[in-house]
Amino acid sequence: MGESLTVAVASGKGGTGKTSLATSLARVASAQYERVAYLDCDVEEPNGHIFLPATLERKEIIHVEVPEIDQEKCDYCGYCAQICAFNALAILPGAPLVFANLCHSCAGCWTLCPQKAIRVGKRGIGVVETGHLGHMEFWQGRLDPGVATSPPLIDALQKRGLGPGINILDAPPGTSCPVVRTVERADFVLLVTEPTPFGRHDLELAAAMVRQMGLPAGVVINRSSGDDGIIEDFCRQSGLPLLGRLPWERRVAEGYAAGLCAVEVMPRWRPLFLDWLQRIREIVAGRGGEGSAGNCGAER
Amino acid sequence: MREIVVLSGKGGTGKTSFSAALANLAEGKVLADADVDAANLHLVLRPRVSEAYPFYGLPVAYIDRDRCGQCGQCAEFCRFQAIADFSVRQEKCEGCGVCAHICPGGAIERRPRQVGEVYISTTVAGPMVHAALVAGAENSGKLVAEVRRRARAMARAENLSLIITDGPPGIGCPVLSCLPDCDLAVLVAEPSAAGVHDLQRLLQVLQHFRVPAAVVINKWDIAVQRTREIEQLCAGRQVPLLGRIPFDSTVFRCLQQGQCYLNVPAAPASRATRQVWQALQQLL
Ligand code: SF4
Ligand code: SF4
Ligand code: SF4
Ligand code: SF4
Repeated sequence: MGESLTVAVASGKGGTGKTSLATSLARVASAQYERVAYLDCDVEEPNGHIFLPATLERKEIIHVEVPEIDQEKCDYCGYCAQICAFNALAILPGAPLVFANLCHSCAGCWTLCPQKAIRVGKRGIGVVETGHLGHMEFWQGRLDPGVATSPPLIDALQKRGLGPGINILDAPPGTSCPVVRTVERADFVLLVTEPTPFGRHDLELAAAMVRQMGLPAGVVINRSSGDDGIIEDFCRQSGLPLLGRLPWERRVAEGYAAGLCAVEVMPRWRPLFLDWLQRIREIVAGRGGEGSAGNCGAER
Repeated sequence: MREIVVLSGKGGTGKTSFSAALANLAEGKVLADADVDAANLHLVLRPRVSEAYPFYGLPVAYIDRDRCGQCGQCAEFCRFQAIADFSVRQEKCEGCGVCAHICPGGAIERRPRQVGEVYISTTVAGPMVHAALVAGAENSGKLVAEVRRRARAMARAENLSLIITDGPPGIGCPVLSCLPDCDLAVLVAEPSAAGVHDLQRLLQVLQHFRVPAAVVINKWDIAVQRTREIEQLCAGRQVPLLGRIPFDSTVFRCLQQGQCYLNVPAAPASRATRQVWQALQQLL
């Protein structure tokens, strides 16, 4: 089948084992499916390479648009500085100043300058790197230090890395705008949580986000202790399918510390991951047909 | 007045459990949850909210349907695909205002959007300031600053000399908002390859902003070699080490019940945390 499936692995917060799970999923999938790509979208702190030590083969600098003021044409009217909502421009007599790190590339200044004195320039914000681990494609973005906005880099990463077959997106932690940007292109969001009040609370936030976006989602419980009632209740109430759980294992925590993902420490968990992928495909496929898979789908 | 901010290079190091433990050990203090993206301290401290204030983020665009001539220019010029069908999708709008400048009918204006709330509460461990932010909202740095501002005001009003702030994870903008006027950053480090790396980056940031730091290693016995690495890192940078907390399933069990692990005084983690608190007081 030439179809493609993009699964974003997200969690309300860091430390739930999201990266260990996302990299495990990519490893297991790549043994089974023809094309599998792992994309580390946590561009502020990419960690996936620790668990998937791919050989990086290519690197591309990613730019955003910023204004460049042509002093020949500028008459220092100050209009651009007045309309820039992010204070990225200042017009001193004889010296227009651009603070490129504050610019959101909204195009306001170069669209509206009465003298057409502003050119569209470029500023590097980070890199997209790619390589292979076996036949798995590995992609990551790395934001340059001091760059405030990561969504443009996440976009660039996804535009290059997403392809046919299975794409696993490792989302940044939290529910703020980089996460929204990451999961936007996904067919399914896999929410990783742990069976504690913290885990449940973070899951509630993440579930609210995917519901608002109208994306199908499911839950995996990590570090299950056998008593996962607190998460099961939430799944029942919110109609989110519970895809499965990984038991708590000290060896997995130790493996993590040594840079091994869950499935490397516990090879017998492989069937679980394959099973989740299968369920996800079914849910996504069911959604394309009549009606939805149940829970989400509103407000699109 | 002194303020301790508890930080970790990344989430999941046990920062919030540790902050809650400190909250129970220290006397005469205000608690602040500055991890506004995913505030969690309230799950252990169970605050009773006494006051709530709206928090406004950057302005976003609104289209006045009566004045809109449906020319479509706003959608064409919006760089963030935030306008569809002559209305603004607020969660995508960056508030740049380009649409408002372009609209020939003057149908667009920018208005602040409420993106969260700040709460003042009482808990068994003392007064607490915390907040909630809507999913996908930006500018949590500003909300962090607001939480800290109110915590200070409260400490002054109640004549309390210490503020314990549970900070955000990472080293991004919300963390930077925790640094001005902070007296001591307590870093909860985790012994793993990623943990050492995260700690290094965080220490660099703190050094750059000249904020004094001290380190506590959580779950130190999970990876003894990494713990040594962290200790050497601290020694090399002359960052005081407050102590090590062992891996202890009591912490996880208490957390499952929404309890602070200090409630089990004999647990290894509780003992270690009390020692850390002793060491921490020397630095204040
Ligand atoms: S709006 Fe154009 S002409 Fe006016 S100050 Fe800016 S760049 Fe110069
Ligand atoms: S592109 Fe937008 S944000 Fe950037 S300087 Fe121009 S007006 Fe300001
Ligand atoms: S630019 Fe103004 S008039 Fe034109 S579609 Fe947008 S809101 Fe309506
Ligand atoms: S303010 Fe900017 S981002 Fe928002 S709708 Fe208008 S043009 Fe788009």
